[in-house]
Amino acid sequence: MANDWRSFEPLLIPDIPNLQKIDVYEENGGYGALRKILNDTEKWSRENVTNEVKQANIRGRGGAGFNAGLKWSFMPKPDGGPRYLACNGDESEPGTFKDRKIFEYNPHLFIEGALIAAYAMTVDTIYVYIRGEYIDWVHMLQKAVDDAYEKGYLGKDILGKGVDIDMHLTYGAGAYICGEETSMLESLEGKRGYPRVKPPFPAQKGLWGRPTTINNIETLANVPLVINNGAEWYGNIGAEGHPGPVLYGISGHVENPGVYELPSGVPVMDLINEVAGGIRGGKNLKALIPGGSSTPVLRADQLEGVTMNADSLRDAGSMMGTAGMVVMDEDTDMVDVLWRIAHFYHHESCGQCTPCRDGTGWLEKILLKIKNGEGEVKDLDLLLDLTTQMEGRTICALADAAAWPVRHTINRFRDEFEARCKKSVHAVA
Amino acid sequence: MAELSFTQEELDEIEKIKAKFPTVKAATLQVLWVAQRKYGHVEPEVQQLVAETLDLPAAHVHGVASFYTQYYKEEMGKFVLDVCTCLSCQLCGGYEILHHLEDELGIKAGETTDDGMFSIQEVECLGACGYAPMLQVTNGVYVNNLTEEKADELIKNLREGRMPEFESMQMPKLEKRNQAAS
Repeated sequence: MANDWRSFEPLLIPDIPNLQKIDVYEENGGYGALRKILNDTEKWSRENVTNEVKQANIRGRGGAGFNAGLKWSFMPKPDGGPRYLACNGDESEPGTFKDRKIFEYNPHLFIEGALIAAYAMTVDTIYVYIRGEYIDWVHMLQKAVDDAYEKGYLGKDILGKGVDIDMHLTYGAGAYICGEETSMLESLEGKRGYPRVKPPFPAQKGLWGRPTTINNIETLANVPLVINNGAEWYGNIGAEGHPGPVLYGISGHVENPGVYELPSGVPVMDLINEVAGGIRGGKNLKALIPGGSSTPVLRADQLEGVTMNADSLRDAGSMMGTAGMVVMDEDTDMVDVLWRIAHFYHHESCGQCTPCRDGTGWLEKILLKIKNGEGEVKDLDLLLDLTTQMEGRTICALADAAAWPVRHTINRFRDEFEARCKKSVHAVA
Repeated sequence: MAELSFTQEELDEIEKIKAKFPTVKAATLQVLWVAQRKYGHVEPEVQQLVAETLDLPAAHVHGVASFYTQYYKEEMGKFVLDVCTCLSCQLCGGYEILHHLEDELGIKAGETTDDGMFSIQEVECLGACGYAPMLQVTNGVYVNNLTEEKADELIKNLREGRMPEFESMQMPKLEKRNQAAS
């Protein structure tokens, strides 16, 4: 099914001018899914909406790929107290630059999706957390939110149907860790972005100790599509087991980098060669990071037959992540690349857990030594050993995200790392 | 430094921020932003003002201000050039742009020019990977697809007080995709 990607018409960011304006969005069927539900709450009970989304199998677009409807179903029964939906627009992983397209070109699709999610989970307050660097996009979304309030899609007694839902925007101030869901909750509560120990999970104890679900922006933008067209229709888009449209962010050494909307499951070589115009300057492909800097790098010879969906990428030895693909040509220095990735994770470690705080620092330090031609081959084994001491031993997955690229890049480009080390071997006089 | 205070207009804005959340503490990040926009930084005196305004411990406000990189803990240049050198920008010449700016302005990353006009910082991923290399001007507008010429032009314009405008990076058009596929 993913083979017909060439005739695919974008659904999340359709080619409609001024779709960010609420009138244009409405003229094109916008807020129809919300109306459909609120006009027939018997058919579209909260449970039925959740089930439809569960059946559609929207897999979270923030990186983890978990079934969104299933996540919603983890919320406990209402007890009369506040319940929250926290929308994650932090988007700070290198290679990832897709959610800002939704804020810019189709913000109401996201707002509508968030409203449907809030209805399904009996949530009364939605918070949207956007990275602080995206201040221009914060203003764009704020305009859309203001318009939605004015038209009665947000606030008290939505569309006269007795449902009250508020949406508040807030933004960070420069910290990658705040994209981690519990760290985002801490930041929303006005604190340093330190991840929380789980359990309790946010559905039990989230914002201000109340039930909270966290969804990615792109994930929520998929929800109106499911309500408008049904779970079955949605399930037929793209790859089996990982359906739906995907915003592929393609960057690095390609002729036409950018964000492209296509079905899930497009062959990676088609994305590189056809969609993104091939490798810049007619060079050869060397490697691909498929879904943000934490996803394991794949060599060009590992990419044959690989498609952009969770199963295919797992079989190939990597992950779908955020579909933020970073393409590297034959001249790329993998030691430099890995050092820069390690630098990023060291810089962004929140410092709460020792294996991460110290481990990321050691990874960077040793890689800098190798990069400068002062490393020894045994340092490579030290690096690999360090990754095993970090992975799974911290509160959140940042240590894992730092460890995976180190382990896989060294294993998959070992010759290149050894060659750099050997230069440093001192001749015995 | 003279005694710091918020104007009535700023206090009204702060009340609006507080109204979004069930606790006052939750307003900390946003009120630090209000303060930074006013004073250009959040030095300890500014943090104190935020703490007093929100009636929160100064240690809490300092803890937050020191955790997040976008809050300037010291006085910066009039224009702060945050040059991204992270993965995609690294691959596409981010370091060349950084070094070019350093040469042009006669300062290193982390420094401010003597006339107080420019500071340069090397920053982590700004989420503009498809438009690399790029930089951000003083926590505001993104300047994408940088070349040395474009960087020079930016410096010239900023010196003359002209801020760059928001660049809309269009979604690739369908025709282009179909053409590529045919």
